[in-house]
Amino acid sequence: MSQDYPETKIDTESSTDKATDASSTRREFLAQSGKVAAAAGVASLLGNLGGWALSYAADKEPIKIGILHSLSGTMAISEVSLKDTVLMAVEEINASGGVMGRKIQPVVVDPASNWDLFAEKAKQLLLVDKVAVVFGCWTSVSRKSVLPVFEKNNGLLFYPVQYEGEECSHNVFYTGAAVNQQAIPAVEYLMSKEGGGHKKFYLLGTDYVYPRTTNKILRAMLLAKKVPAANIAEEYTPFHHQDYQTIVGKVKKFAAGGGACVVSTINGDSNVPFYKEFSNQGLRAEDAPIMAFSVAEDELRGMDTSALVGHLAAWNYYQSVDTPQNKKFVADFKAYCKKNNLPDGERRVTDDPIEAAYFGVHIWKQAVAKAGSIEVDKVRKAVYGSEFLAPGGKIKMDEANHHTNKPVLIGEILKDGQFKIVSRSKGLVKPEPWSEYTSPDKGCDWIKHQGTYQKK
Amino acid sequence: MKVALGIMLLGTASLLGAGQAIAAEGPRASTAAPPLSLIDRALADLSSGDQARQDAAANVLIEQGDSSLLPKLEEIRNNADRSVRLAIKPLMDLLKNRSNLASPDADRRRSAAADLGSSGRPVVMPWLEAALAGEPNRWVRYTLEESLALIRLASDDPDTKIKAAAKLGELRSSNAVPALKELLQQTGTDATDQQKALANAARAAIGQIDIWASWANAFETIFRGISLSSILLIMSLGLAIVFGLMGVINMAHGELMMIGAYATFVTQECFRAYFPAGLFDYYFIAAMPIAFCVVALCGLILEATVIRFLYGRPLETMLATWGVSLVLIQAARVYFGDLTSVVAPSWLSGGAQVMVGVYLPYNRIFIIVLSILCVAGIYFLLFRTGVGLRVRAVMQNRDMSSCLGIPTRKVDAYTFAFGSGLAGLAGCALTLIGNVEPGLGQNYIVDSFMVVVTGGVGKLMGTIVASLGIGGLNKFLEPSFGAVYGKVLILVLVILFLQRRPSGLFTIKGRHADA
Repeated sequence: MSQDYPETKIDTESSTDKATDASSTRREFLAQSGKVAAAAGVASLLGNLGGWALSYAADKEPIKIGILHSLSGTMAISEVSLKDTVLMAVEEINASGGVMGRKIQPVVVDPASNWDLFAEKAKQLLLVDKVAVVFGCWTSVSRKSVLPVFEKNNGLLFYPVQYEGEECSHNVFYTGAAVNQQAIPAVEYLMSKEGGGHKKFYLLGTDYVYPRTTNKILRAMLLAKKVPAANIAEEYTPFHHQDYQTIVGKVKKFAAGGGACVVSTINGDSNVPFYKEFSNQGLRAEDAPIMAFSVAEDELRGMDTSALVGHLAAWNYYQSVDTPQNKKFVADFKAYCKKNNLPDGERRVTDDPIEAAYFGVHIWKQAVAKAGSIEVDKVRKAVYGSEFLAPGGKIKMDEANHHTNKPVLIGEILKDGQFKIVSRSKGLVKPEPWSEYTSPDKGCDWIKHQGTYQKK
Repeated sequence: MKVALGIMLLGTASLLGAGQAIAAEGPRASTAAPPLSLIDRALADLSSGDQARQDAAANVLIEQGDSSLLPKLEEIRNNADRSVRLAIKPLMDLLKNRSNLASPDADRRRSAAADLGSSGRPVVMPWLEAALAGEPNRWVRYTLEESLALIRLASDDPDTKIKAAAKLGELRSSNAVPALKELLQQTGTDATDQQKALANAARAAIGQIDIWASWANAFETIFRGISLSSILLIMSLGLAIVFGLMGVINMAHGELMMIGAYATFVTQECFRAYFPAGLFDYYFIAAMPIAFCVVALCGLILEATVIRFLYGRPLETMLATWGVSLVLIQAARVYFGDLTSVVAPSWLSGGAQVMVGVYLPYNRIFIIVLSILCVAGIYFLLFRTGVGLRVRAVMQNRDMSSCLGIPTRKVDAYTFAFGSGLAGLAGCALTLIGNVEPGLGQNYIVDSFMVVVTGGVGKLMGTIVASLGIGGLNKFLEPSFGAVYGKVLILVLVILFLQRRPSGLFTIKGRHADA
């Protein structure tokens, strides 16, 4: 049982899969699926001859975990790195003896940047593969699409990307930043004397849920801080927008007289044309620095950075964080990519979502060890308040609201696509899924309340 | 922090005797070597924690220091706590900008002048005046004058203020508008004559600046319209030939652009690897013909393997080429990955300032010129050469041409290859604007079809006029409607237009209209 477990498992899975498909259709398909299953069985037997099965040798059967990141389609550019990171963390844990004496066995699926497919694959992971936990999703829409699946089947999802908040699920742990751990401190920094004492804010984003919600919160916050409404501009562009001439012209007019900055939630491939146009029209980071929430080392790796130097970004981690555990993490990640012949190998870089994905696996492992079980309800309790020495410094899972207490770092983009850290929060920032500016009456608490509750 | 402080204290102690003998009064000429000890003591004072001493020290350093102090300041700053860092930052900026005023690079000088102006410190005025006296570049001079006037506007003397306001009006400085408006607001009803005069000067200046700004804005909008049109045009030219003249709906046309962009990327990497660094800037010139030829070859292969079996069957062509496009996208993703960047050559980055407030980026000017050259080239080829004559003959009446001995199969292949090559050239040009990524073609293909269909299938002139119209209209609408609704509105207008004139702007008339 122990040695050939993975193969046998794949075999049964494929046959049951086919069988369920077929039973709903015609009988001849049933016969066909039987053939397929038989073929798969033969293949798996052949596979047994391979030596790689030895790596799974363990006394008990392994714990299965799911990885739900797009490996193809538009989001592959960002999500593939997270899949690699989770696999690396799993390899680390297995090398140190696994958890509760059991190895971890990852099940990787590809939802192909297709939101419906995310829900389907999540269902498959929870019901067919029966994984103990899932690490996955990047975009908010993919998370929203799998949320009902996890809640209905009491699954557990670790979500590693910064997001717009206003969510408080019992079945998700958010290891990325909430708005008050990225956008709000970033704008506070821009307003501070150290950050240049900016008075005019141009909120610029791609037209979808994350920028719109973030900017709604930022606008409420700026108004609360007595910034006149005339000094706040808000503008959206379609996905894949390439022509930023008019917008940069508007920014230039807006920035005349100084004291202006741009807060950018522009996503993906629109960033390069935007920054290029910005510098080509003679605007400098000194005239109006661009503070970005979606530009990290992994994206900069493929950009011509000359137009971006001196602009800012806000994250909870940078590859340049100077801690011993981060040096090891970066070296390990590069070595892992090289060893597994991943594209770009040693030239790969780490960034905030990669770190969040990495420590998410470790937080889960710690919780399993503490709970002595992989049952979701027990693991969840063990996660509350647990701490981990992440590459970027110690982080702490919140006691009640399923988010993560993290440090906030403001970085300046350098020529080589890395960041120089120019500001760092004092200690960890407590996550607030419901922003105090837009939803002052709402809170998120799974200990004293049932998730989202009305404050009195 | 402690270490740095210790070093500073040591330095101060050793030179204490000499330092006391020299008083720190008034600004000195920057050429005179400042007394070492004074500077050292000021440096030590910076991290003293006492606000008054810090300020005094900062003033001494601003007046007497130069950029040679920067490494030391940086060291103090790195070890200091927040309040000291805050105190040192503007100091370092001032010293850095002051030394940059003498930089050989005009952009640097200008940038420094602008920063010194926005620092608002009267102490920088002599520096700016000195720089102004010896400044050869028109725009650097402009910025120096603007900075000087901005600082004077913030002075206490009403006469200086009035003069500064008038000067800013003359300079058409949009940077001065907030300050001038503030002046206007400060003037109440019970103002003195002098204040009224100042308010009038400010009002006049704002008027001048506003009129100028609206002209500049109009000019810029026109340029943006032309620039967007040129991009639309260069994208659509290939399609106008393949779809317009040959009637082949090539859904992989966008991917041919993508191949052109990747050809540019590969050329760049080759230049980086095999040529001396001095030649790197010229890679783009080599990349254009390379992109054209590579993509033309791809077109030739595509034509020979897929399209020639499907002439006259538009639906099948569409499906087949769409399949090809998916294959090409995934192939690019697998081979190149998602992360590739083309570095614009230095002669195509930045922009030219043509008048106050109007900046024309070089890359856009380049694309405008390139698209004009392409149009000229196509017209020459189609209407002035024997090959063009045969192409037109085949497109108008294939059977007759064949009867007259024109090798129509060959002509088809060459025409398709030529149209593809133009797509490659467009892909090459697009690397100047945006990213190189597998999905690049998808971003542009819809716009290209829109231009060709609106212009009228089969008419090059239609494509040119349609791209000008759509590009211009887009840039005209965008300022007031925003990018999202601007685009929506354009699409609605195009649909309405095509409802009225299904065959587009320019229609083919005469006997072969329905051929």
